[in-house]
Amino acid sequence: MSDTPIPGYPLRPGRVHEVCGPGAPAFAAICAAPGTGPVLWIREAHTREALTPQGLLPFLDPARLLIAQTRTPADSLAVAEEALKDGTVPLVVLAVTRPLDLREGRRLQLAAGAGGATGLCLIPEGMGSNAAETRWRATPRLAPQPGPDSTPFRWESIKNKSGTTGAWDVLWEPATHRLRVVSPSRE
Amino acid sequence: MFCGSRRRIVCVWFPRLASDGALRARPLEGPFALTLRQGNAERLHCLNRAAEAAGLFRGMALAEARVFCAALQTRPADLHREAQLLAALRRWATRYSPWVGLEGEDGLALDITGAAHLFGGEAGLLADLRARLSRAGFTACLGLASSRGAAWALAHHGEGVAPPGEDLAAIAGLPVAALRLAPETVTALQRLGLRHVGDLARTPRAPLARRFGAALLDRLDAATGAAPEPLTPGAEPPRFALRLTLPDPIGLVADVQAGTARLLAALCARLAAQQTGARVLRLTLRRVDRDTQEVELRLAAALRDPARILPLFTRGIEAVDAGFGIDQLRLEAVQVEPLPAQQLGTTTAPGDPARLGDLLSRIGTRIGLENILRLLPADSHVPERGFLTAPAAFSRPASGWNAPRPRPLVLFPPEPVTAAGSTPPRTFRWRRMALSTARAEGPERLAPEWWFDDPAWRSGLRDYWRIETRQGRRLWLFHTPQAPGWWVQGEFA
Repeated sequence: MSDTPIPGYPLRPGRVHEVCGPGAPAFAAICAAPGTGPVLWIREAHTREALTPQGLLPFLDPARLLIAQTRTPADSLAVAEEALKDGTVPLVVLAVTRPLDLREGRRLQLAAGAGGATGLCLIPEGMGSNAAETRWRATPRLAPQPGPDSTPFRWESIKNKSGTTGAWDVLWEPATHRLRVVSPSRE
Repeated sequence: MFCGSRRRIVCVWFPRLASDGALRARPLEGPFALTLRQGNAERLHCLNRAAEAAGLFRGMALAEARVFCAALQTRPADLHREAQLLAALRRWATRYSPWVGLEGEDGLALDITGAAHLFGGEAGLLADLRARLSRAGFTACLGLASSRGAAWALAHHGEGVAPPGEDLAAIAGLPVAALRLAPETVTALQRLGLRHVGDLARTPRAPLARRFGAALLDRLDAATGAAPEPLTPGAEPPRFALRLTLPDPIGLVADVQAGTARLLAALCARLAAQQTGARVLRLTLRRVDRDTQEVELRLAAALRDPARILPLFTRGIEAVDAGFGIDQLRLEAVQVEPLPAQQLGTTTAPGDPARLGDLLSRIGTRIGLENILRLLPADSHVPERGFLTAPAAFSRPASGWNAPRPRPLVLFPPEPVTAAGSTPPRTFRWRRMALSTARAEGPERLAPEWWFDDPAWRSGLRDYWRIETRQGRRLWLFHTPQAPGWWVQGEFA
């Protein structure tokens, strides 16, 4: 039950991935959890939603997080490209607010390939770029029994350039810092 | 090395240093004085010649001075500026001798031993010094002697030159105040009938020492050259600025880069010699039409490696408008920090602080270094103030997080939902979604911080509930019992 692998997860390094849906920030936090290096989270300064360090605690140490606030989407992309190309930061999370065209997506992909870092774009529904390696939809799911000891999600792999797609019910266990696949979802 | 009689010391006294400096910046006609607040009264601090001629004197109350001289114009004194001015004059005076020290708050002492012949002898040097100072607008009184004490006495009491070895003869006729004595000692000596330095020198020393202590004789010996008195040259603070003036204007980005590289190599060598690193660099480009363009570079960490700094300038230099060409480049390390030499490692692993610092500097040149943030713990139970955001380049990562209760991953300004009552609504609408409550945990009551008037918390107490909806979303709702209403403030992971 627990060790069913999900194709495409963990995210392939040196590539840029995409995630949409209401569980996208948690998806990014779960992707950042196994590492120890810094995590760069790029967002536009005018967004109303803010990450809270207390909310990140079940996933990762908030001291690892660096937040880059940009004025325009173009700045966000430039910062992401710079960070991916450098490769010092193993995971670069980019909150996207407008559709990326193929050129922008491809540039990010090349930068990630050059630096070996993983890129993850948090996209609004349907605004992905064709250049993305994988695309996920993450939605929180109602836990069958109460209690905060595990957090259930449904992860759907909508696109995977080098593997199959599918949908899985997963549980994040904060105590053990482990992702458990409950069952491949059939719907 | 410099034993007594061989030394030659010039003392320069600026009797009107502060007012000369103020009038140099903004000239005025007529009586003028700088005032300083002492206790409860404004007093005259420094006067110009016209004001002195009107009968005013230093230390006089301003109100009194206005009665004597209605035309008096005043400005507030700035003691810090005055000290800076004297330091600048000291630096200027090193053109005559490398050994220049400050003499009190309004004077300089120059050790010109072996340097006078460069200016045509002592007379030539004094004439040159006087001419240049008076052209710059400074009143100066000069004294030249073999000891510092005698030079001071001559400068402050009528100017003059004491030939080598004849200090005592030169100052014998001056009043005892010329020995830099405390005012009460001067008064006591005058009451004893010892009015001149010569009288004092002829008096038996033992009774003087008994009556006035050793300090008086020390001063006398220092003035006659019998006891040495050291002269401490001012320390030259390291300066991290360089400039490159070009015979012909340049305009290509590559050319400016090449010039910057040259300056940067020299600047970094200077930084390395002082074991410091630059934190903020400013490149000033002067154009042919005398307009200047500035490129400022803020670094995420102190740095003195030219190869790493130069690429960071590229973006700024490309944005410069060269106009008809640039003919001077000036590079200055505006802010420096200690950066001791470090053991070089062989690994450049990801997350290496030096590489991360470089990356942050590069990103910072685009979005501003203050826009790269780090989260720090803050001591507040109010969720939105439970953490601080600080620029990552100017803070250290901190630990010590605690969350006794689960907190949402994402927090946003409260959004109203339509619901009534103090128990969580069974169904509600939020962001055009119809949601129904499956489980509710709470309430957790948070009170506003009374010492901090936050408009968002004017509605009073809040009862927070963690709501799990059947649709999957896990939301953080709160109820305000004092102004009934339901709001959503965050979403859990």
